[in-house]
Amino acid sequence: MTDVLIRGARVLGESGADILVRDGVIAEIGSLGTPSDVRTVDADGLVLLPGLVDLHTHLREPGREDAETVATGSAAAAAGGFTSVLAMANTSPVTDTAEAAERVLDLGRAAGLVDVVPVGAVSKGLEGAELAEIGLMARSRAAVRVFSDDGRCVADARLMRRALDYVKAFGGVISQHSQDPRLADGQACCHEGEWSGRLGLPGWPGVAEDVIVARDVMLARHTGSRVHVAHVSTAGSVEVLRWAKSRGIAVTAEVTPHHLALGTDLLAGYDPVFKVNPPLRPSEDQEAIREALLDGTIDAVATDHAPHARHDKEHAFPDAAFGMLGLETALGVVADLLVRPGLLSWADLADRMSSAPARIAGLTDQGRPIAVGEPANLVLVDPNASWTVERDASRSRSRNNPWHGRTVHSKVEATFLRGALTAYRGRVAPAGGALTLEELS
Amino acid sequence: MIGKHLLSSADLEREDIETILTTAASMHDVQRREVKKLPTLRGRTVINLFFEDSTRTRSSFEIAGKWMSADTINISAKGSSTSKGESLRDTVKTIAAMSVDALVIRHNASGACRQVSQWVDASVINAGDGTHEHPTQALLDAYTLRHRLGDLTGKHVVIVGDLAYSRVFRSNVITLATLGARVTVVAPPTLMPSGIGAWSARDGFATSWDLDEILYAGDPPDAVMMLRVQKERMSGGFFPTAREYTVGYGLTAERLERLYAVNPQIPILHPGPMNRGLEIAAEAADAGSSAILDQVSAGVAVRMAVLYHLLAGDQGAQS
Repeated sequence: MTDVLIRGARVLGESGADILVRDGVIAEIGSLGTPSDVRTVDADGLVLLPGLVDLHTHLREPGREDAETVATGSAAAAAGGFTSVLAMANTSPVTDTAEAAERVLDLGRAAGLVDVVPVGAVSKGLEGAELAEIGLMARSRAAVRVFSDDGRCVADARLMRRALDYVKAFGGVISQHSQDPRLADGQACCHEGEWSGRLGLPGWPGVAEDVIVARDVMLARHTGSRVHVAHVSTAGSVEVLRWAKSRGIAVTAEVTPHHLALGTDLLAGYDPVFKVNPPLRPSEDQEAIREALLDGTIDAVATDHAPHARHDKEHAFPDAAFGMLGLETALGVVADLLVRPGLLSWADLADRMSSAPARIAGLTDQGRPIAVGEPANLVLVDPNASWTVERDASRSRSRNNPWHGRTVHSKVEATFLRGALTAYRGRVAPAGGALTLEELS
Repeated sequence: MIGKHLLSSADLEREDIETILTTAASMHDVQRREVKKLPTLRGRTVINLFFEDSTRTRSSFEIAGKWMSADTINISAKGSSTSKGESLRDTVKTIAAMSVDALVIRHNASGACRQVSQWVDASVINAGDGTHEHPTQALLDAYTLRHRLGDLTGKHVVIVGDLAYSRVFRSNVITLATLGARVTVVAPPTLMPSGIGAWSARDGFATSWDLDEILYAGDPPDAVMMLRVQKERMSGGFFPTAREYTVGYGLTAERLERLYAVNPQIPILHPGPMNRGLEIAAEAADAGSSAILDQVSAGVAVRMAVLYHLLAGDQGAQS
């Protein structure tokens, strides 16, 4: 029994309306009475958005269940307002076969809190040498459409060209971790610039990203295929993307909340929680990627949620693992940064965090308009809350949270997956189940 | 105010440096006595925790601790943490659990000492962290230079070599600037740290790619410090051959002769170990004005002074 009436929600931030959800589908929108057989969620003053879609999540299962599982990552996602996440392929074993992809799909269904969509590897074992079984993954029950060696760049131009050509047969897309491995030494652990110079940390220059983005858009043009640039972090990439889009090249791009909001000055204390790949960049880059997200040059926000066990972060900075948590804080961080100051509307935020990522990933029942007949994948947001991020309160199994201690304003009140309440006021449904309003009152 | 730790040269104000160098001078006198032992740190435990090989720095700290009557123990932890899968935090917590008063740490990773200082109760002394800093080296260099030149205010110190990978350079520019010296650092563009243009301006030192211009055109140097160049840099494409490096950036016999024509007393420094014939000619290393062995000798006195101020504090000063 998942029927529910959402009363008085500001749909996409506009005026209030009642939304009746029946059998997982939006049945009516308007000024509605209360049918006797449904529960009501009071959404007065809350903003209703389509459920968020994350193009870039690391769920660590199989292989590193001590850092995250599909179930704990799904819980973090639901708490953060997501109804679908794409699970990156760099697990152990790597998602480079149909069987591996179906396994992740099934783990996601068993958790039942968000649609977990497996990303397939581009190359076998992420080795960057031979194509993985891309076609079999596409034909599998998991129907994989997004392929990525994320964590590593598909550095070999010939392999990238073949991969782009090959995925055309089934409308696939290559999501590239753009970073020329030859433009920095193997120890690189932060942005190469003033801070890395001062701190004596080996860095990657921004140009290591720019040159791969430039190469890949030319390969996309040549092959007539689709390339997606994961976690854009530099002003140079933005320039290339702007040019490529003006020429009609099929390129899309995502940016993370941390690259939008966190800068290189955070490196000063050598806290590995701020060690991430691509690295945090200086303010010139941050300004460029913010502007690109606002004007649509960058299509989507993606979290690059990257949980790590505590002991993998408690090494010296260059030895510590790359990555930071992001699922539970993404909406609040982006809304605080861009919606509250009036730079981005709620409708545009819904585009960047739901519709655009769903479109890029080829998901047909996510990121849909809030309209009658559409699946009820929805998130209710309190835009005027004030909450402090507490790393120990996370649903993630890991604690590498760069937002710990920060005050955030927009807060997820409720998340609905096909009408089922997966998260409500800080509580998350048990795996395979949904919260009922009775147990919440 | 000298704090609990010495992690960066930036931790020390000018008066702190003066205090440490003054103490170091009296410690230096102790070194010349027949019986060199002071009771100051009796009952204190100082661990030299070296994650990276070192001969001179480790033995210098060890002697300094022993002459101050501390129980000094060396632990060579090279490759121990990550290769065994143990985190740095676990490694140092284990050692600090043995009621240690000070950890003198050398680590191949920049920032490791700062991280450790947040995990343990003991005082942490940075004995060289990656390519970040080496504050006691900068103090002993300052001690050596003051001994030769007096007050360093306005003195022109030229530092030449592999700046990108040098912790000695990063600490020296801070300490020398704090003492009022004018510093020019010289290296080929490939061995300059990234972003140095911005921070040199802010931190008040100059940079150049042209050694001869800095040595002979205009502002004559009062001291020259040569830094070790790793031979591996050649395979990394930072410069083509040793010969080419020496021609551009080595303190050759010819360059020394031209310097001596103006100032035959000019101190020549090198933190060691030297690549004779690469960054420094034998004629320069062994020159009459070379201060290289003075640096080593000052190292013990300066480290005694640092241990004294971090561990004995006011209580020690009275006794």
